[in-house]
Amino acid sequence: MVSFLKEAEELFEEYKDYAPSHREICEIIENKEFLTKEDLAKLLNVSSKEDIMLMAKKAQKLTRENFGKVILLYAPLYIANYCQNGCVYCGFSSRKNYKREKLSFEEIENELRKMKEEGIDSVIILTGEDRINSSFEYIEKACSIATNYMSEVSIEVYPLFEEEYRKLSNIGVVGITVYQETYQREDYDKLHPFGPKKDFEFRLNAPERALKAGFHEACIGPLLGLSEPKKDVLCAILHAEYLLDKFPKAEISISFPRFRSAGTEFIPPYTVSDKEFIKFLIIARLYLPRVGIVVSTRERPSLRDALIDVCITKMSAGSKTTVGGYAEEKDEDAEAQFEVEDRRSVSEVVDVIIKKGLRPEFTNWVKGVKSV
Amino acid sequence: MFEIGGKKLKSRLFVGTGKLPDYSLIEKMYYEAGIEVFAVAVRRIGPNTKHTKNVLEYIPKGATIMVNTSGAQDHKEAVKIAMIGRELTDSDWVKVEIEKDTKYLFPDSFETLKACEILVKEGFKVFPYIYPDLNLAKELEQIGVEAVMPLGSPIGTNKGIGCEVLLKPIINEIKIPVIIDAGIGRPSHAAQAMEMGADAVLINTAIATSADPLKMAIAFAKAVEAGRLAFEVGLLKEYEYAQASSPLEDFISG
Ligand code: SF4
Repeated sequence: MVSFLKEAEELFEEYKDYAPSHREICEIIENKEFLTKEDLAKLLNVSSKEDIMLMAKKAQKLTRENFGKVILLYAPLYIANYCQNGCVYCGFSSRKNYKREKLSFEEIENELRKMKEEGIDSVIILTGEDRINSSFEYIEKACSIATNYMSEVSIEVYPLFEEEYRKLSNIGVVGITVYQETYQREDYDKLHPFGPKKDFEFRLNAPERALKAGFHEACIGPLLGLSEPKKDVLCAILHAEYLLDKFPKAEISISFPRFRSAGTEFIPPYTVSDKEFIKFLIIARLYLPRVGIVVSTRERPSLRDALIDVCITKMSAGSKTTVGGYAEEKDEDAEAQFEVEDRRSVSEVVDVIIKKGLRPEFTNWVKGVKSV
Repeated sequence: MFEIGGKKLKSRLFVGTGKLPDYSLIEKMYYEAGIEVFAVAVRRIGPNTKHTKNVLEYIPKGATIMVNTSGAQDHKEAVKIAMIGRELTDSDWVKVEIEKDTKYLFPDSFETLKACEILVKEGFKVFPYIYPDLNLAKELEQIGVEAVMPLGSPIGTNKGIGCEVLLKPIINEIKIPVIIDAGIGRPSHAAQAMEMGADAVLINTAIATSADPLKMAIAFAKAVEAGRLAFEVGLLKEYEYAQASSPLEDFISG
């Protein structure tokens, strides 16, 4: 499993100071149907605006050919924020004196109803990472309620065992999102001083277990800023490729959330500029033309809108990132896990998509296929 | 007029709807480009929401819906999706699409064959998306599918009829209709497919992702018609060497 990490490491070392010429960049993007791993490592170092724009053009063409003029929409539903971990960068960390909440099943239904009223039809259910306060059974029940309301249900919870994923798959959950935070083991270790999340490999293997258990989709990625960004991006892209090779029929998505402050004093060792961030997404598209690309509400509206034209295939809309935030007005800034930049309603996001000549869509998978 | 799946159709151009920027284009294509068959991915048939409407609401009454099993990972899922599709659309036309991978989107022949066997027995009008493989096409014909839909070149590549040498034998040997699906990027490619003797073509990416999908649909409709007419008349052969008579001929024939 971790062979791709070693490969990424070696590639990164070999090409980290390699600046491809304009000509070489043109060669790579114009003449090749599929980029090699070396091309990928080289393109990560591109810095001229003109070259990035050139790459963006190709990325746009690939996105339209493979995904058509469609943008999938979804919204997160935070059902609990208990957490056993001590991730040094997170406002939900168990070290924080923080008001813990967990929705009852009735409250979950209320939230879903409210979301539905706003026109949301695809949901991702989130909890903090706490097997005691948010037990598997709790998550399972929440998912099963959600499948009654939504066309599509995914999860972003602590890594589960394969059997547990199978149970969720059987009730109709189709997707998993699990961010590795960083692919660099040493940094990972320091950033996660205690708690079950310390187990790097159990987390790394989570998407694989879920896909094996029958999930259709997996979304992966690093949290940019925690470790050397180019290296993390390279690892994530090769991780996506590894999953595609192993589960050729699955839909793999990638996302590169950038670190945002979250009520901690933690200062990330790296900052990623807009230019670098955009370049990373474009490169992911160039290397993996059929991989989904997700951009979160951590990014500001103007940037998200610009990326819709180029490489995004899926985005959240109308997100509330507090527990119980849909049914009840809450102060998002005070309570959320991270800062949300794009607070537009679903209608507003839908309008932007339509204005760009694209079709917003909530449904990617037909319900009930799994219950064969 | 040609007959397929128990229907008489005027247009030999079928159109996929999954990549369209706006479903309201479907109605315009029906009236302005004369398209009668629309392929609909069952996986994308969502309920109406405040912001998005069910694709089925946009398909004119007279049109035929071909439900598509794309997203199916094996024959069991394809059968299940077809059943759900029939329920939702009231159409028994099903395009069996089971892909082997998401990189090239090549059809999985084994699973496709199994799914077709079941679906024919279940009373569907079955249209399998396949590799241009004559043996497979023959087997499917035996099973009782309505038509075969071999790819012109890999899905979404717009490369045109890249598999001509493999498609020709299928067109020659198979008695059921042959619909060229996937890879057609330009109206001229569609015309070429029709000139070769294909019975119809299905276009998705090339229309949906063009700058003006309606205009492009009209262009394709015209090209398909032109190609078909030419096929019916019979194309002139291309000669590799000049046909000029030479004095030598007199000696040889004399
Ligand atoms: S990042 Fe997740 S696991 Fe870590 S402290 Fe925050 S909520 Fe807990």
